[in-house]
Amino acid sequence: MNGGSFVLNILILGVPFSVALLLAGLGETINQRAGVFNLGCEGIMAMGAFVAFLPPYFLAGTSLAGSANLIGLALAMVVGTVLGLLFALVVVTFRAPQGIAGIGLQMLGWGIAGTLFRHYVGGVTGVPGIAPMPIPVLSKIPVLGQVLFNHNPLVYIAFLLVPVFWYILFKTPWGLKVRAVGTYPRAADSLGIRVARVRYQALALGGAMAGLAGAYLSLAQAKMFADDLVAGRGFIAVALVYFGRWHPVGVMLGALLFSLAQALQLSIQVAGIDFPYEFAVMLPYVLVIVVLALVRKARMVGPTELGKPFDREQRV
Amino acid sequence: MGHEPIRSLELRGITKRFPGILACDHIDLSVGEYSVRALVGENGAGKTTLMNILMGLYQPDEGHILINGKEVRFRSPNDAFDHGIGMVHQHFMLVQNMTVVENVALGMKSAHLPFRLDLASVRKKIVEVSERHELPVNPDAMVWQLSVGEQQRVELVKTLCLGARFLILDEPTSALTPQETDELIALLSKMSGELSIVFISHKLHEVKALSDTVSILRRGRIVFEGRTENHSPSELAALMTGHEVELPRVDSTGLDRSGDRGLLSIRDLRVRGDRGNLALDGVTLEIAPGEIIGLAGVSGNGQRELAEALNGLRRPESGSINLDGVELAGSSASRIIAEGMGYIPEDRNTEGIVPSFSVRENLVLKDIGQRDWSRGGFLRLGAIAANAAGLRERFDIRCPSTDTAAGSLSGGNIQKVILARELARGPKALVAVYPTRGLDMGAEEFIHKQLLARRAEGVAILLISEELEEIMNLSDRVAVIYKGKILKVVPGRDATKRSLGLLMAGVSDE
Ligand SMILES: Nc1ncnc2c1ncn2[C@@H]1O[C@H](COP(=O)(O)OP(=O)(O)OP(=O)(O)O)[C@@H](O)[C@H]1O
Ligand SMILES: [Mg+2]
Repeated sequence: MNGGSFVLNILILGVPFSVALLLAGLGETINQRAGVFNLGCEGIMAMGAFVAFLPPYFLAGTSLAGSANLIGLALAMVVGTVLGLLFALVVVTFRAPQGIAGIGLQMLGWGIAGTLFRHYVGGVTGVPGIAPMPIPVLSKIPVLGQVLFNHNPLVYIAFLLVPVFWYILFKTPWGLKVRAVGTYPRAADSLGIRVARVRYQALALGGAMAGLAGAYLSLAQAKMFADDLVAGRGFIAVALVYFGRWHPVGVMLGALLFSLAQALQLSIQVAGIDFPYEFAVMLPYVLVIVVLALVRKARMVGPTELGKPFDREQRV
Repeated sequence: MGHEPIRSLELRGITKRFPGILACDHIDLSVGEYSVRALVGENGAGKTTLMNILMGLYQPDEGHILINGKEVRFRSPNDAFDHGIGMVHQHFMLVQNMTVVENVALGMKSAHLPFRLDLASVRKKIVEVSERHELPVNPDAMVWQLSVGEQQRVELVKTLCLGARFLILDEPTSALTPQETDELIALLSKMSGELSIVFISHKLHEVKALSDTVSILRRGRIVFEGRTENHSPSELAALMTGHEVELPRVDSTGLDRSGDRGLLSIRDLRVRGDRGNLALDGVTLEIAPGEIIGLAGVSGNGQRELAEALNGLRRPESGSINLDGVELAGSSASRIIAEGMGYIPEDRNTEGIVPSFSVRENLVLKDIGQRDWSRGGFLRLGAIAANAAGLRERFDIRCPSTDTAAGSLSGGNIQKVILARELARGPKALVAVYPTRGLDMGAEEFIHKQLLARRAEGVAILLISEELEEIMNLSDRVAVIYKGKILKVVPGRDATKRSLGLLMAGVSDE
């Protein structure tokens, strides 16, 4: 294997790796912009991965097998939305501490998905998964075509969602409300904006995105389900939102950086390069920590009321 | 605006309780068309609470609101907006990391198109309103870049853009410079020809200048109502506090300090501001024991940087700060506190107290490590509570209990908590920044007396203020700061409003 194809391999591997992080990260960006951080992202992803896996698994060989993947994706988003709303009930309406509630949701999602999987499915079973969809013409471009235009449809969708989320956040009335509610809920409230409602909506969208991210893992990336499938990606997605300074493009860059490091790490192992394997595995995580520590702390960008419940009649 | 214009608005029997406190106690208040009603009263009297009820932000426990004789219920500010009521809040309701247009757009439902925010129409509206009322604002500035005065203007423009025909202004002048205040009062009296206004202020000359009728609140009750023109400011002050208010004056006749060494001496101090500019450019001041130096100046001329440098919150570039023989320039805040510097900061909520801590905890915050309040790593809760009970009594801090979170007190009472802590520590020197901003007359009188009492005990006091009255009443000497330099130091008894005003504008006679 020569150097050029080694790098090419990393790129081809890394781009699809980033999709689960990107989808979950975009959702979490909306959550946090609205002032709520959802550590339960990991649990929602596990549930999403699990329910998305079910239709292809049970419908195999029936007349519905053709649309099983789509049903799975839709199911994952519905379940994600429901879990997002459940989280909203706990932290917005009941004002529970967000960190603890998030960890609770993470364990709940992970536990339910794992238990149901063992009960109804059992051992490791693959599904056909979502097939690649090379883009005509573009995928024929040397190098670039292979890196960017030779993936399954969810990869394209995820990257197209970056500008969509940017637009939602900065160009729509709802995005404006989301940002206001996360930074100075009292001001938003004084203008007649319903803080709780906006936070519910944000958490519902964030949940749907996390569910979709989970579905991507089981249907497109691994093409199977196992109860440790998500493997901390939900937490990484939360960290990437800080990393990306609450901006969809920043989150995308973070997801790519992390995934490329992951791909590099795998390639090092596969190529049998003499490099301690433990360090290689650590690489992506160390990279995120180092970059997080080094990026300049710009004031006045993020949601300053992140993590704090709002009560109109409470002064502090 | 689905409703007919407000010809009369009436509050009847409004009552609101908070844990441990009756904030509004069966309040009746009415406002007619095209008139200005002033609402005054001590800190914590319930003015803001009453207006929040009128805006639909708080729900009253009892009582109702009538518009044109018909009862209405406001469940959220949207209901109040629908009737054309708008409020400029005591604390700015502006999202700091958004632009002015975005802040206005947040409340302008007509700009909320299904898939797009129509910022162009909002900008047009802002320009229209700001030209019509001569309130210049830059629609594209980020709010955090604006000065306090500019933010106040944005708040007013925002409220007008939202179509308010009935304006509530909760202490709109408390953070403005004297000039800005005059401009605002002039603007409001012009606008009162086409709007109804409720105006809250602690400054009775503003009330006199602007309002037709005045209501006085004391401890949640209306204690007086009448036409403004029939009553003098001192009469109103007496009605407000329940006693004659007479602001004390310093007596520095016959004092000659030329031989004294400074207790607090500042030499050639250079300090950079937030934007890297030289905010203090060689400031030298000597403050003798038992002397009050008033630092007059339009805010933004280096006052904040000076106060911060003196208290170890900002590192000086060069120069010396000497307190009673100890060099403190560049020392940490904790060392400076230990050496006996007292500080009443400008921003109470973020620098003066920890809002979520109780009053009693805030009162010992600076000395928590000392034997009085802790022993062997354990707090002496009894002593801390006893200390708070004593100070609450002495400084007349109005709070349900000293266990209440300090952040839930009214602005004036938060200020008293800080003052109580700083003075009870027995400092050698005291830096007081706008110590009476937002305070009622009674509290102002009280704080002035306290400052003079400390002066008599030999504390060196630097009083930073924009209120010339306050400076002239209290200072042995007045220093005028302009663009980071001390322009001139004059004896307090020689200072006149006119001469100080000129100096503050940078005109020195040399
Ligand atoms: N949200 C709240 N929670 C608890 N107590 C409150 C709350 N809002 C007001 N209070 C209490 O109600 C009383 C009235 O407060 P309010 O803010 O209306 O006073 P104010 O007249 O506006 O005073 P100031 O001149 O200092 O602004 C105070 O004792 C205050 O501590
Ligand atoms: Mg008030």
